[in-house]
Amino acid sequence: MKAIRILGRNIRDSFKSVFRNFSLSLASISCITITLVVVAISIILSYNVNNFATLVERDVTIVAFLDVDISEEQIKVVEHEINQLSNIESVTFQSKFDITDEMMESSETYKNIMSSWTEEENPLQDTYLIKVTDIETIGDVAASIQEIEGVDIVKYGEGMVEQLVSVFDVVRHITYGVVIALILVTAFLISNTIKITITSRKREIDIMRLVGASNLNIKIPFVFEGLFLGIIGSIIPIIATTYGYTALYQNFNGQLFSPFIQLVKPEPFVYIVSIVLLVIGILVGMFGSWHAVKKHLKI
Amino acid sequence: MNLIRMKNVKKVYKNGVTAIYDLDLKIEKGEFVFVIGSTGCGKSTLIKMLYREEKPTSGKIIVGGIDVARLRNSKVYKLRRKLGVVFQDFKLLAKSTVYENVAFALEVFGLPKDEIHSKVLKVLDLVGLKNKAKHYPNQLSGGEQQRVAIARAIVNGPKLLICDEPTGNLDEITSMEIMNVLDEINKLGTTIIMVTHDTKIVEKMKKRVILLDAGRLVKDYAKGTYKHEGN
Repeated sequence: MKAIRILGRNIRDSFKSVFRNFSLSLASISCITITLVVVAISIILSYNVNNFATLVERDVTIVAFLDVDISEEQIKVVEHEINQLSNIESVTFQSKFDITDEMMESSETYKNIMSSWTEEENPLQDTYLIKVTDIETIGDVAASIQEIEGVDIVKYGEGMVEQLVSVFDVVRHITYGVVIALILVTAFLISNTIKITITSRKREIDIMRLVGASNLNIKIPFVFEGLFLGIIGSIIPIIATTYGYTALYQNFNGQLFSPFIQLVKPEPFVYIVSIVLLVIGILVGMFGSWHAVKKHLKI
Repeated sequence: MNLIRMKNVKKVYKNGVTAIYDLDLKIEKGEFVFVIGSTGCGKSTLIKMLYREEKPTSGKIIVGGIDVARLRNSKVYKLRRKLGVVFQDFKLLAKSTVYENVAFALEVFGLPKDEIHSKVLKVLDLVGLKNKAKHYPNQLSGGEQQRVAIARAIVNGPKLLICDEPTGNLDEITSMEIMNVLDEINKLGTTIIMVTHDTKIVEKMKKRVILLDAGRLVKDYAKGTYKHEGN
Protein backbone atom coordinates (compact mmCIF):
# COMPACT_ATOMS: atom_id res chain seq x y z
CA MET A 1 0.00 0.00 0.00
CA LYS A 2 2.78 2.39 0.98
CA ALA A 3 4.80 1.49 -2.10
CA ILE A 4 1.76 2.00 -4.34
CA ARG A 5 1.14 5.42 -2.79
CA ILE A 6 4.75 6.42 -3.35
CA LEU A 7 4.66 5.15 -6.94
CA GLY A 8 1.40 6.98 -7.58
CA ARG A 9 2.91 10.23 -6.30
CA ASN A 10 6.00 9.66 -8.41
CA ILE A 11 3.91 9.33 -11.56
CA ARG A 12 1.83 12.40 -10.65
CA ASP A 13 4.95 14.46 -9.93
CA SER A 14 6.69 13.41 -13.10
CA PHE A 15 3.63 14.36 -15.13
CA LYS A 16 3.46 17.74 -13.41
CA SER A 17 7.12 18.37 -13.88
CA VAL A 18 6.89 17.84 -17.67
CA PHE A 19 4.65 20.92 -17.71
CA ARG A 20 6.32 22.89 -14.95
CA ASN A 21 9.65 22.65 -16.73
CA PHE A 22 8.00 23.15 -20.08
CA SER A 23 10.83 24.88 -21.92
CA LEU A 24 13.25 22.14 -20.88
CA SER A 25 10.72 19.45 -21.73
CA LEU A 26 10.21 21.08 -25.10
CA ALA A 27 13.95 20.84 -25.81
CA SER A 28 13.93 17.12 -25.06
CA ILE A 29 10.67 16.52 -26.93
CA SER A 30 11.81 18.31 -30.09
CA CYS A 31 15.10 16.44 -29.98
CA ILE A 32 13.22 13.14 -29.76
CA THR A 33 10.82 14.22 -32.52
CA ILE A 34 13.48 15.26 -35.00
CA THR A 35 15.72 12.25 -34.49
CA LEU A 36 12.80 9.83 -34.62
CA VAL A 37 11.63 11.33 -37.94
CA VAL A 38 15.09 10.61 -39.36
CA VAL A 39 14.98 7.09 -37.90
CA ALA A 40 11.52 6.56 -39.42
CA ILE A 41 12.72 7.63 -42.87
CA SER A 42 15.73 5.33 -42.65
CA ILE A 43 13.59 2.38 -41.53
CA ILE A 44 11.13 2.94 -44.39
CA LEU A 45 13.91 3.26 -46.96
CA SER A 46 15.85 0.25 -45.79
CA TYR A 47 12.77 -1.92 -45.51
CA ASN A 48 11.73 -1.03 -49.04
CA VAL A 49 15.18 -1.68 -50.43
CA ASN A 50 15.23 -5.06 -48.70
CA ASN A 51 11.76 -5.86 -49.90
CA PHE A 52 12.74 -5.03 -53.46
CA ALA A 53 15.83 -7.22 -53.18
CA THR A 54 13.79 -10.11 -51.83
CA LEU A 55 11.21 -9.81 -54.60
CA VAL A 56 13.87 -9.81 -57.28
CA GLU A 57 15.61 -12.78 -55.72
CA ARG A 58 12.39 -14.68 -55.47
CA ASP A 59 11.85 -14.23 -59.21
CA VAL A 60 15.09 -15.97 -60.09
CA THR A 61 14.21 -19.36 -61.55
CA ILE A 62 16.19 -22.37 -62.68
CA VAL A 63 14.97 -23.82 -65.98
CA ALA A 64 15.79 -27.48 -66.57
CA PHE A 65 15.29 -28.56 -70.21
CA LEU A 66 14.55 -32.24 -70.49
CA ASP A 67 15.77 -34.59 -73.22
CA VAL A 68 13.70 -34.40 -76.42
CA ASP A 69 12.85 -38.09 -76.44
CA ILE A 70 12.00 -38.34 -72.76
CA SER A 71 9.09 -40.61 -71.75
CA GLU A 72 6.13 -39.74 -69.51
CA GLU A 73 7.43 -42.00 -66.70
CA GLN A 74 10.89 -40.51 -66.87
CA ILE A 75 9.44 -37.01 -66.53
CA LYS A 76 7.84 -38.10 -63.23
CA VAL A 77 11.12 -39.65 -62.06
CA VAL A 78 12.99 -36.41 -62.80
CA GLU A 79 10.47 -34.40 -60.77
CA HIS A 80 10.80 -36.79 -57.88
CA GLU A 81 14.58 -36.52 -57.96
CA ILE A 82 14.52 -32.72 -58.07
CA ASN A 83 12.24 -32.69 -55.04
CA GLN A 84 14.76 -34.87 -53.20
CA LEU A 85 17.33 -32.07 -53.39
CA SER A 86 17.68 -29.59 -50.55
CA ASN A 87 16.77 -25.89 -50.83
CA ILE A 88 13.96 -26.50 -53.32
CA GLU A 89 10.99 -24.18 -52.86
CA SER A 90 8.82 -25.17 -55.83
CA VAL A 91 8.97 -27.30 -58.96
CA THR A 92 6.61 -26.52 -61.84
CA PHE A 93 6.32 -28.63 -64.98
CA GLN A 94 5.89 -26.89 -68.31
CA SER A 95 5.36 -29.18 -71.30
CA LYS A 96 6.52 -28.16 -74.76
CA PHE A 97 2.87 -27.66 -75.71
CA ASP A 98 2.33 -25.23 -72.86
CA ILE A 99 5.35 -23.28 -74.06
CA THR A 100 4.11 -23.36 -77.63
CA ASP A 101 0.71 -22.03 -76.62
CA GLU A 102 2.27 -19.33 -74.52
CA MET A 103 4.53 -18.21 -77.35
CA MET A 104 1.75 -18.25 -79.89
CA GLU A 105 -0.34 -16.05 -77.67
CA SER A 106 2.47 -13.57 -77.21
CA SER A 107 3.09 -12.81 -80.89
CA GLU A 108 1.38 -13.14 -84.31
CA THR A 109 4.62 -14.15 -86.01
CA TYR A 110 5.14 -17.09 -83.65
CA LYS A 111 1.51 -18.03 -84.19
CA ASN A 112 1.90 -18.17 -87.96
CA ILE A 113 4.93 -20.37 -87.74
CA MET A 114 3.97 -22.61 -84.83
CA SER A 115 0.35 -23.30 -85.66
CA SER A 116 1.39 -25.57 -88.50
CA TRP A 117 3.63 -27.77 -86.30
CA THR A 118 2.53 -31.32 -85.61
CA GLU A 119 3.38 -33.07 -82.37
CA GLU A 120 6.46 -34.71 -83.86
CA GLU A 121 7.65 -31.58 -85.57
CA ASN A 122 7.63 -29.49 -82.38
CA PRO A 123 11.32 -28.79 -81.70
CA LEU A 124 10.79 -27.38 -78.19
CA GLN A 125 11.68 -29.31 -75.02
CA ASP A 126 9.64 -30.08 -71.92
CA THR A 127 10.93 -28.08 -68.93
CA TYR A 128 10.85 -27.87 -65.17
CA LEU A 129 10.84 -24.39 -63.56
CA ILE A 130 12.51 -24.60 -60.18
CA LYS A 131 12.62 -21.97 -57.43
CA VAL A 132 15.09 -22.24 -54.60
CA THR A 133 14.60 -21.23 -50.95
CA ASP A 134 18.04 -19.68 -50.58
CA ILE A 135 19.28 -17.72 -53.57
CA GLU A 136 22.90 -18.21 -52.54
CA THR A 137 22.70 -21.98 -53.18
CA ILE A 138 21.30 -21.61 -56.69
CA GLY A 139 24.59 -22.62 -58.37
CA ASP A 140 24.85 -25.87 -56.39
CA VAL A 141 21.21 -26.75 -56.96
CA ALA A 142 21.57 -26.13 -60.70
CA ALA A 143 24.65 -28.36 -60.83
CA SER A 144 22.82 -31.16 -58.99
CA ILE A 145 19.86 -30.95 -61.36
CA GLN A 146 22.24 -31.17 -64.30
CA GLU A 147 23.39 -34.56 -62.95
CA ILE A 148 19.88 -36.05 -63.07
CA GLU A 149 19.27 -38.47 -65.94
CA GLY A 150 16.85 -37.10 -68.51
CA VAL A 151 17.88 -33.50 -67.94
CA ASP A 152 19.45 -31.95 -71.02
CA ILE A 153 20.45 -28.38 -70.14
CA VAL A 154 20.09 -26.25 -66.97
CA LYS A 155 19.88 -22.46 -67.17
CA TYR A 156 19.46 -19.85 -64.42
CA GLY A 157 21.23 -16.71 -65.63
CA GLU A 158 24.62 -17.77 -64.34
CA GLY A 159 26.99 -14.95 -63.47
CA MET A 160 24.30 -12.27 -63.41
CA VAL A 161 22.48 -13.89 -60.48
CA GLU A 162 25.62 -14.24 -58.38
CA GLN A 163 26.47 -10.60 -58.95
CA LEU A 164 22.96 -9.47 -58.09
CA VAL A 165 23.01 -11.51 -54.89
CA SER A 166 26.30 -10.06 -53.75
CA VAL A 167 25.21 -6.50 -54.54
CA PHE A 168 21.96 -6.98 -52.60
CA ASP A 169 23.91 -8.45 -49.72
CA VAL A 170 26.04 -5.33 -49.50
CA VAL A 171 22.99 -3.06 -49.78
CA ARG A 172 21.27 -4.98 -46.97
CA HIS A 173 24.21 -4.71 -44.66
CA ILE A 174 24.55 -1.01 -45.37
CA THR A 175 20.88 -0.30 -44.65
CA TYR A 176 20.96 -2.33 -41.41
CA GLY A 177 24.12 -0.49 -40.42
CA VAL A 178 22.57 2.91 -41.15
CA VAL A 179 19.43 2.14 -39.15
CA ILE A 180 21.37 0.84 -36.15
CA ALA A 181 23.81 3.76 -36.28
CA LEU A 182 20.92 6.23 -36.43
CA ILE A 183 19.18 4.61 -33.46
CA LEU A 184 22.43 4.83 -31.47
CA VAL A 185 22.92 8.47 -32.45
CA THR A 186 19.32 9.14 -31.44
CA ALA A 187 19.84 7.50 -28.07
CA PHE A 188 22.99 9.54 -27.54
CA LEU A 189 21.41 12.84 -28.59
CA ILE A 190 18.27 12.35 -26.55
CA SER A 191 20.05 11.19 -23.41
CA ASN A 192 22.43 14.12 -23.70
CA THR A 193 19.60 16.60 -24.03
CA ILE A 194 17.87 15.06 -21.03
CA LYS A 195 21.16 15.17 -19.14
CA ILE A 196 21.45 18.90 -19.74
CA THR A 197 17.86 19.54 -18.68
CA ILE A 198 18.33 17.44 -15.55
CA THR A 199 21.57 19.16 -14.60
CA SER A 200 19.59 22.38 -14.41
CA ARG A 201 17.43 20.60 -11.84
CA LYS A 202 20.30 19.46 -9.66
CA ARG A 203 18.93 21.69 -6.91
CA GLU A 204 15.66 19.82 -7.00
CA ILE A 205 17.49 16.50 -6.72
CA ASP A 206 19.56 17.81 -3.80
CA ILE A 207 16.41 18.88 -2.00
CA MET A 208 14.82 15.48 -2.59
CA ARG A 209 17.86 13.84 -1.06
CA LEU A 210 17.83 16.27 1.80
CA VAL A 211 14.30 15.45 2.90
CA GLY A 212 15.09 11.75 2.89
CA ALA A 213 14.02 10.49 -0.50
CA SER A 214 15.83 7.25 -1.32
CA ASN A 215 17.86 7.15 -4.51
CA LEU A 216 15.25 4.95 -6.16
CA ASN A 217 12.57 7.34 -5.01
CA ILE A 218 14.40 10.18 -6.74
CA LYS A 219 15.09 8.26 -9.93
CA ILE A 220 11.58 6.96 -10.54
CA PRO A 221 9.89 10.35 -11.20
CA PHE A 222 12.64 11.27 -13.64
CA VAL A 223 12.34 7.92 -15.38
CA PHE A 224 8.59 8.38 -15.73
CA GLU A 225 9.23 11.88 -16.98
CA GLY A 226 11.54 10.36 -19.61
CA LEU A 227 8.75 7.96 -20.52
CA PHE A 228 6.28 10.82 -20.99
CA LEU A 229 8.82 12.80 -23.02
CA GLY A 230 9.38 9.70 -25.18
CA ILE A 231 5.66 9.24 -25.79
CA ILE A 232 5.03 12.91 -26.56
CA GLY A 233 8.15 13.10 -28.74
CA SER A 234 7.09 10.15 -30.87
CA ILE A 235 3.61 11.47 -31.68
CA ILE A 236 4.68 13.61 -34.65
CA PRO A 237 7.02 10.98 -36.15
CA ILE A 238 4.26 8.37 -35.87
CA ILE A 239 1.66 10.59 -37.55
CA ALA A 240 4.18 11.60 -40.23
CA THR A 241 5.03 7.96 -40.91
CA THR A 242 1.49 6.66 -40.97
CA TYR A 243 -0.06 9.37 -43.15
CA GLY A 244 3.08 10.31 -45.06
CA TYR A 245 3.90 6.81 -46.20
CA THR A 246 0.31 5.92 -47.02
CA ALA A 247 0.01 9.09 -49.11
CA LEU A 248 3.29 8.36 -50.85
CA TYR A 249 2.18 4.80 -51.62
CA GLN A 250 -1.12 5.94 -53.07
CA ASN A 251 0.49 8.75 -55.03
CA PHE A 252 2.84 6.34 -56.79
CA ASN A 253 0.27 3.54 -57.05
CA GLY A 254 2.51 1.28 -55.02
CA GLN A 255 5.44 1.34 -57.42
CA LEU A 256 8.43 3.57 -57.86
CA PHE A 257 9.26 4.68 -61.44
CA SER A 258 8.38 1.29 -62.97
CA PRO A 259 6.30 -1.74 -62.08
CA PHE A 260 9.61 -3.49 -61.46
CA ILE A 261 10.12 -1.60 -58.15
CA GLN A 262 7.23 -2.43 -55.83
CA LEU A 263 6.74 -0.43 -52.59
CA VAL A 264 5.85 -2.24 -49.37
CA LYS A 265 2.09 -2.10 -48.70
CA PRO A 266 1.34 0.53 -45.99
CA GLU A 267 -0.68 -1.91 -43.88
CA PRO A 268 0.47 -3.28 -41.54
CA PHE A 269 3.92 -1.85 -42.31
CA VAL A 270 3.25 1.68 -40.98
CA TYR A 271 1.82 0.30 -37.73
CA ILE A 272 4.92 -1.78 -37.14
CA VAL A 273 7.15 1.22 -37.82
CA SER A 274 4.97 3.31 -35.45
CA ILE A 275 5.36 0.78 -32.66
CA VAL A 276 9.11 0.63 -33.24
CA LEU A 277 9.32 4.44 -33.05
CA LEU A 278 7.24 4.55 -29.87
CA VAL A 279 9.36 1.87 -28.23
CA ILE A 280 12.60 3.64 -29.21
CA GLY A 281 11.23 6.95 -27.88
CA ILE A 282 10.14 5.43 -24.57
CA LEU A 283 13.24 3.34 -23.97
CA VAL A 284 15.66 6.09 -24.88
CA GLY A 285 13.70 8.63 -22.81
CA MET A 286 13.67 6.36 -19.76
CA PHE A 287 17.29 5.24 -19.98
CA GLY A 288 18.44 8.78 -20.73
CA SER A 289 16.75 10.08 -17.60
CA TRP A 290 17.90 7.20 -15.44
CA HIS A 291 21.46 7.69 -16.53
CA ALA A 292 21.36 11.47 -16.11
CA VAL A 293 19.97 11.33 -12.56
CA LYS A 294 22.40 8.67 -11.45
CA LYS A 295 25.22 11.12 -11.93
CA HIS A 296 23.74 13.43 -9.29
CA LEU A 297 23.16 10.79 -6.64
CA LYS A 298 26.75 10.32 -5.58
CA ILE A 299 28.43 12.09 -2.72
CA MET B 1 21.94 10.21 26.26
CA ASN B 2 24.19 11.39 23.47
CA LEU B 3 22.42 12.17 20.24
CA ILE B 4 25.66 13.06 18.48
CA ARG B 5 29.05 11.58 19.19
CA MET B 6 32.15 12.48 17.23
CA LYS B 7 35.46 10.85 18.03
CA ASN B 8 38.86 11.70 16.51
CA VAL B 9 37.15 13.07 13.45
CA LYS B 10 39.41 14.37 10.73
CA LYS B 11 38.43 15.73 7.35
CA VAL B 12 40.88 16.29 4.51
CA TYR B 13 39.41 17.47 1.21
CA LYS B 14 40.57 16.02 -2.08
CA ASN B 15 42.57 19.17 -2.82
CA GLY B 16 44.65 18.52 0.30
CA VAL B 17 43.05 21.13 2.55
CA THR B 18 42.43 19.87 6.07
CA ALA B 19 39.13 21.28 7.32
CA ILE B 20 38.83 19.46 10.65
CA TYR B 21 41.61 18.18 12.92
CA ASP B 22 40.99 15.47 15.45
CA LEU B 23 37.63 16.63 16.74
CA ASP B 24 35.79 15.15 19.73
CA LEU B 25 32.26 16.27 20.47
CA LYS B 26 29.23 15.05 22.36
CA ILE B 27 25.79 16.59 22.10
CA GLU B 28 22.96 15.50 24.37
CA LYS B 29 19.40 14.93 23.35
CA GLY B 30 17.35 18.15 23.62
CA GLU B 31 20.33 20.53 23.56
CA PHE B 32 20.57 23.77 21.57
CA VAL B 33 24.14 24.25 20.36
CA PHE B 34 25.70 27.09 18.38
CA VAL B 35 28.79 26.44 16.29
CA ILE B 36 30.74 29.63 15.68
CA GLY B 37 34.08 30.66 14.24
CA SER B 38 35.59 32.75 11.49
CA THR B 39 35.09 31.93 7.81
CA GLY B 40 36.97 28.78 6.82
CA CYS B 41 37.28 27.47 10.38
CA GLY B 42 35.52 24.24 9.41
CA LYS B 43 32.09 24.83 10.93
CA SER B 44 30.21 24.09 7.72
CA THR B 45 32.30 20.97 7.15
CA LEU B 46 31.45 19.86 10.67
CA ILE B 47 27.71 19.95 10.17
CA LYS B 48 27.90 18.65 6.59
CA MET B 49 29.44 15.52 8.05
CA LEU B 50 26.51 15.22 10.43
CA TYR B 51 24.00 14.85 7.61
CA ARG B 52 26.48 12.98 5.43
CA GLU B 53 26.94 15.55 2.70
CA GLU B 54 30.63 15.01 3.40
CA LYS B 55 32.35 11.91 4.72
CA PRO B 56 35.04 12.16 7.42
CA THR B 57 38.51 11.07 6.32
CA SER B 58 38.95 9.26 9.62
CA GLY B 59 37.26 8.99 12.99
CA LYS B 60 33.80 8.02 14.14
CA ILE B 61 30.50 9.90 13.91
CA ILE B 62 27.32 8.53 15.44
CA VAL B 63 24.09 10.44 14.88
CA GLY B 64 20.96 9.04 16.50
CA GLY B 65 22.46 5.57 16.56
CA ILE B 66 23.58 5.62 12.93
CA ASP B 67 27.26 5.21 12.14
CA VAL B 68 27.41 8.06 9.63
CA ALA B 69 31.00 7.54 8.52
CA ARG B 70 30.24 4.00 7.41
CA LEU B 71 26.82 4.69 5.93
CA ARG B 72 26.54 3.59 2.30
CA ASN B 73 25.55 6.15 -0.30
CA SER B 74 22.35 4.29 -1.10
CA LYS B 75 21.33 4.31 2.58
CA VAL B 76 21.89 8.01 3.22
CA TYR B 77 18.14 8.59 3.06
CA LYS B 78 17.71 6.62 6.30
CA LEU B 79 19.83 9.20 8.13
CA ARG B 80 18.17 12.14 6.39
CA ARG B 81 14.75 10.98 7.52
CA LYS B 82 15.87 11.24 11.13
CA LEU B 83 17.01 14.83 10.87
CA GLY B 84 16.02 18.13 9.34
CA VAL B 85 18.34 20.61 7.65
CA VAL B 86 17.85 24.37 7.15
CA PHE B 87 20.13 26.50 4.97
CA GLN B 88 20.99 30.13 4.47
CA ASP B 89 19.50 30.02 0.95
CA PHE B 90 16.33 28.17 2.07
CA LYS B 91 16.55 25.54 -0.74
CA LEU B 92 12.86 25.57 -1.56
CA LEU B 93 11.36 24.19 -4.77
CA ALA B 94 10.53 27.40 -6.63
CA LYS B 95 7.81 25.82 -8.74
CA SER B 96 5.95 24.26 -5.82
CA THR B 97 3.69 25.99 -3.35
CA VAL B 98 4.46 26.37 0.35
CA TYR B 99 2.14 23.45 1.09
CA GLU B 100 3.75 21.25 -1.57
CA ASN B 101 7.24 22.11 -0.38
CA VAL B 102 6.44 20.94 3.12
CA ALA B 103 4.26 18.00 2.09
CA PHE B 104 7.05 16.74 -0.13
CA ALA B 105 9.12 15.72 2.89
CA LEU B 106 6.26 13.47 4.02
CA GLU B 107 5.32 12.12 0.61
CA VAL B 108 8.65 10.35 0.30
CA PHE B 109 7.60 8.24 3.31
CA GLY B 110 4.42 7.17 1.58
CA LEU B 111 2.10 8.57 4.28
CA PRO B 112 -1.64 8.70 3.49
CA LYS B 113 -2.96 11.99 2.13
CA ASP B 114 -5.07 12.96 5.17
CA GLU B 115 -2.19 12.40 7.53
CA ILE B 116 0.06 14.55 5.36
CA HIS B 117 -2.59 17.25 5.21
CA SER B 118 -3.04 17.50 8.96
CA LYS B 119 0.70 17.35 9.71
CA VAL B 120 1.55 20.02 7.14
CA LEU B 121 -1.13 22.40 8.41
CA LYS B 122 -0.03 21.82 11.98
CA VAL B 123 3.59 22.63 11.25
CA LEU B 124 2.68 25.64 9.09
CA ASP B 125 0.66 26.87 12.03
CA LEU B 126 3.68 26.42 14.30
CA VAL B 127 5.87 28.62 12.06
CA GLY B 128 3.00 31.08 11.53
CA LEU B 129 2.36 30.52 7.82
CA LYS B 130 -0.95 28.70 7.78
CA ASN B 131 -2.57 31.42 5.70
CA LYS B 132 0.17 31.30 3.03
CA ALA B 133 0.00 27.62 2.19
CA LYS B 134 -0.95 28.28 -1.43
CA HIS B 135 1.74 30.90 -2.09
CA TYR B 136 4.84 30.21 -4.12
CA PRO B 137 8.27 30.88 -2.52
CA ASN B 138 8.93 33.96 -4.65
CA GLN B 139 5.76 35.54 -3.27
CA LEU B 140 7.16 35.39 0.26
CA SER B 141 9.69 37.50 2.18
CA GLY B 142 13.05 36.04 3.15
CA GLY B 143 11.94 35.39 6.69
CA GLU B 144 8.79 33.65 5.51
CA GLN B 145 10.76 31.50 3.10
CA GLN B 146 13.04 30.46 5.95
CA ARG B 147 9.99 29.54 8.01
CA VAL B 148 8.82 27.30 5.16
CA ALA B 149 12.24 25.65 5.11
CA ILE B 150 12.04 25.13 8.88
CA ALA B 151 8.55 23.73 8.56
CA ARG B 152 9.78 21.28 5.93
CA ALA B 153 12.73 20.30 8.12
CA ILE B 154 10.63 19.49 11.19
CA VAL B 155 7.41 18.19 9.65
CA ASN B 156 8.39 14.54 10.09
CA GLY B 157 9.31 15.11 13.72
CA PRO B 158 13.11 14.68 13.54
CA LYS B 159 15.23 14.29 16.66
CA LEU B 160 17.81 16.67 15.27
CA LEU B 161 17.54 19.96 13.39
CA ILE B 162 20.71 21.15 11.68
CA CYS B 163 20.81 24.84 10.73
CA ASP B 164 23.53 26.22 8.45
CA GLU B 165 23.48 30.02 8.86
CA PRO B 166 19.68 30.17 8.79
CA THR B 167 19.70 33.91 9.51
CA GLY B 168 22.56 34.76 7.15
CA ASN B 169 20.31 36.42 4.60
CA LEU B 170 17.89 38.08 7.02
CA ASP B 171 17.76 41.40 8.84
CA GLU B 172 18.06 41.66 12.61
CA ILE B 173 14.36 41.68 13.45
CA THR B 174 13.51 38.83 11.09
CA SER B 175 16.50 36.90 12.39
CA MET B 176 15.21 37.12 15.95
CA GLU B 177 11.79 35.95 14.78
CA ILE B 178 13.42 32.90 13.21
CA MET B 179 15.40 32.31 16.41
CA ASN B 180 12.19 32.39 18.40
CA VAL B 181 10.69 29.78 16.11
CA LEU B 182 13.78 27.61 16.55
CA ASP B 183 13.68 28.07 20.34
CA GLU B 184 10.06 27.00 20.30
CA ILE B 185 10.95 23.85 18.35
CA ASN B 186 13.80 23.14 20.77
CA LYS B 187 11.42 23.41 23.70
CA LEU B 188 9.22 20.77 22.05
CA GLY B 189 12.18 18.39 22.38
CA THR B 190 14.14 18.65 19.13
CA THR B 191 17.90 18.93 19.43
CA ILE B 192 19.21 21.88 17.44
CA ILE B 193 22.69 22.50 16.16
CA MET B 194 23.16 25.82 14.42
CA VAL B 195 26.10 27.32 12.59
CA THR B 196 26.21 31.11 12.58
CA HIS B 197 28.35 34.19 12.17
CA ASP B 198 25.99 36.35 14.12
CA THR B 199 27.50 36.67 17.60
CA LYS B 200 24.75 39.06 18.71
CA ILE B 201 22.18 36.32 18.31
CA VAL B 202 24.43 33.84 20.04
CA GLU B 203 24.84 36.16 23.01
CA LYS B 204 21.12 36.82 23.26
CA MET B 205 20.06 33.18 23.09
CA LYS B 206 22.28 32.02 25.98
CA LYS B 207 22.86 28.45 24.77
CA ARG B 208 25.84 26.14 24.64
CA VAL B 209 28.43 27.48 22.16
CA ILE B 210 31.23 25.67 20.38
CA LEU B 211 34.04 27.80 19.00
CA LEU B 212 36.09 26.46 16.11
CA ASP B 213 39.32 27.91 14.82
CA ALA B 214 41.33 26.59 11.88
CA GLY B 215 39.65 23.22 12.06
CA ARG B 216 40.06 22.69 15.81
CA LEU B 217 37.57 22.92 18.63
CA VAL B 218 39.10 25.68 20.76
CA LYS B 219 36.39 26.33 23.29
CA ASP B 220 33.15 24.74 24.47
CA TYR B 221 31.05 27.28 26.41
CA ALA B 222 28.40 25.80 28.70
CA LYS B 223 24.85 27.13 28.43
CA GLY B 224 24.66 30.90 29.01
CA THR B 225 28.38 31.45 29.60
CA TYR B 226 29.29 32.80 26.16
CA LYS B 227 30.33 36.43 25.90
CA HIS B 228 31.48 37.95 22.63
CA GLU B 229 35.10 38.99 22.88
CA GLY B 230 37.04 41.47 20.75
CA ASN B 231 35.85 43.78 18.01
